[in-house]
Amino acid sequence: MSESAERRSVADIADVTGLQTEKGFRRIINTQPFWVLVALVLICILMGSISDTFLSERNLFTTTRNFAFMAIVALGMTTVIVTGGIDLSVGSIMGLSGIMAGITLAAGYPVWAGLAACLLSAMAAGAVNGFLIAYLRMSPFVVTLGMLAIARSLALVISNNRMFYEFGPDQALFIAIGGGSTFGVANPFWVLIILTLVFAWLYRYSTWGRYVFAIGGNSEAAKLSGVPVERVLMSVYVVSGLTAGIAAFLMVGWLGSVTNALGQTYELQVIAASVIGGANLMGGVGYAVGAPIGAALVEVIRNSLLLAGVDPYWQGTFLGAFIILAVLLEKVRGRRGE
Amino acid sequence: MAVLELRQISKSFGAIRALENVDLTIEAGEVVGLMGDNGAGKSTLVKIIAGNFPPTSGKILIDGEEVHFTKPVEARRKGIEIVYQDLALCDNLTAAANVFLGREIKRRVGPIRYLDHKAMYERAAAIFAELKSETRPRDLVMRMSGGQRQAVAIARTRLSDPKLVLMDEPTAAISVRQVAEVLDLIRRLKETGHAVVLISHRMPDVFAVCERVAVLRRGRKVADKKIADSSPEEVTALITGALQEA
Repeated sequence: MSESAERRSVADIADVTGLQTEKGFRRIINTQPFWVLVALVLICILMGSISDTFLSERNLFTTTRNFAFMAIVALGMTTVIVTGGIDLSVGSIMGLSGIMAGITLAAGYPVWAGLAACLLSAMAAGAVNGFLIAYLRMSPFVVTLGMLAIARSLALVISNNRMFYEFGPDQALFIAIGGGSTFGVANPFWVLIILTLVFAWLYRYSTWGRYVFAIGGNSEAAKLSGVPVERVLMSVYVVSGLTAGIAAFLMVGWLGSVTNALGQTYELQVIAASVIGGANLMGGVGYAVGAPIGAALVEVIRNSLLLAGVDPYWQGTFLGAFIILAVLLEKVRGRRGE
Repeated sequence: MAVLELRQISKSFGAIRALENVDLTIEAGEVVGLMGDNGAGKSTLVKIIAGNFPPTSGKILIDGEEVHFTKPVEARRKGIEIVYQDLALCDNLTAAANVFLGREIKRRVGPIRYLDHKAMYERAAAIFAELKSETRPRDLVMRMSGGQRQAVAIARTRLSDPKLVLMDEPTAAISVRQVAEVLDLIRRLKETGHAVVLISHRMPDVFAVCERVAVLRRGRKVADKKIADSSPEEVTALITGALQEA
């Protein structure tokens, strides 16, 4: 390459990076999580001025803990949605893995064994989903709908419809992990913060994250470029199972008991949190911070309605309307972008 | 020695014979036009060379050595780069991310390996400058013109030092000025000793840059001659079947 061409390329980089600083801010403004965060802050300010209890330490503590479970699962769900898939089985996987944790601890095993049983069973269910979707090219909707029924039924079979509330020698530790707090913040919320940072890093800095987005953008092109599409796709469902398992482990510790109904219809809230947080159901777009932000909005609205004295029977209506609204918003923004 | 030699390549899809006993030899630094009507077998032949699927029968030799590709990565490892007709890009990623897709530059800190965005942006910017394209590495492919997308697809082939670049209709969807740029690029590849196979419908492009033209009709090679000894009229007649063979 000649020297002038060399210099030109260097100048180009300067141009580009110069543009980027301005663009960096604009890029954040253009994302859905940013606007949802703005809405969230506005709702919090509004609720804080109306209700004395909303911004109380007690209410903030329970609210952050409540949405932490949902947001942890939403991190896995967001990853699945980025590839253009969906995982309807997360609620049932929570039931299955929660029962596995309960039965292992109740049998007198230490807490790490309970954690292993919980996470391994969750990942195994995710691996079955992933194998069928990635290698046999089955529709994610159908496969995970099947797993929704299978995992729930297995939870019933394994537990024999019993409730577990005695968790063996490590009971105190197990209850403290899920139900306790550190520096005044509920433990599940700490787990959420760490996992969000991990996912944000993976999305931006790992080849795995890059491949997840590439598959969602154009899986055919990714394949031609040498991306191991099947392996990555399978791993995404294992990760989704894993996040469901982590949430289940924490949730059982917090509740202090587990039945096979743990996490029932949870998939709906989790998908809502992901979609509200900016994950595009068409694939290719999603944000790690979108999961906690979306989950926070879902929980804050639920909480606000309760504090405002609205009949809890209405909650499903609001949740459903929010999912539809989020998709509509994405569509409108997409059209304007063209 | 020939960079690529195809011997008696045939391909059937069920009862359909897409290719029948095709021979083709490409020498180093040679630019060969591959022409034919829709369904003549051009894309099938390209996909066989690129390792997308194996031929039903026949041999592929690279530098005189027989190869059996089962996936595109293996062909790439042997020095064959392909620019696909539909460009095979991920719209949701940046130009640089597309250029490096599947062979990202990574840095290492202890046991952790992570994507080196800065190095990839710089390298992509250098390649775009070399291609005299105004494509910016950080722009999303979604917002790009046909010509810019083309530049991204072609930039991918510049990451390695390929022996052979296959271009499937590289000028099909771009402006006149961009066509001239792509043709310049093909000439530059030739000057640096790279062989190019240009698959194209556009007669002027083939006659502008190729030394040799091969014509496929209904899965058979019906002509393979020097551009200097042929004419657009003759090639057109061969493609349509007005002229049986030459």
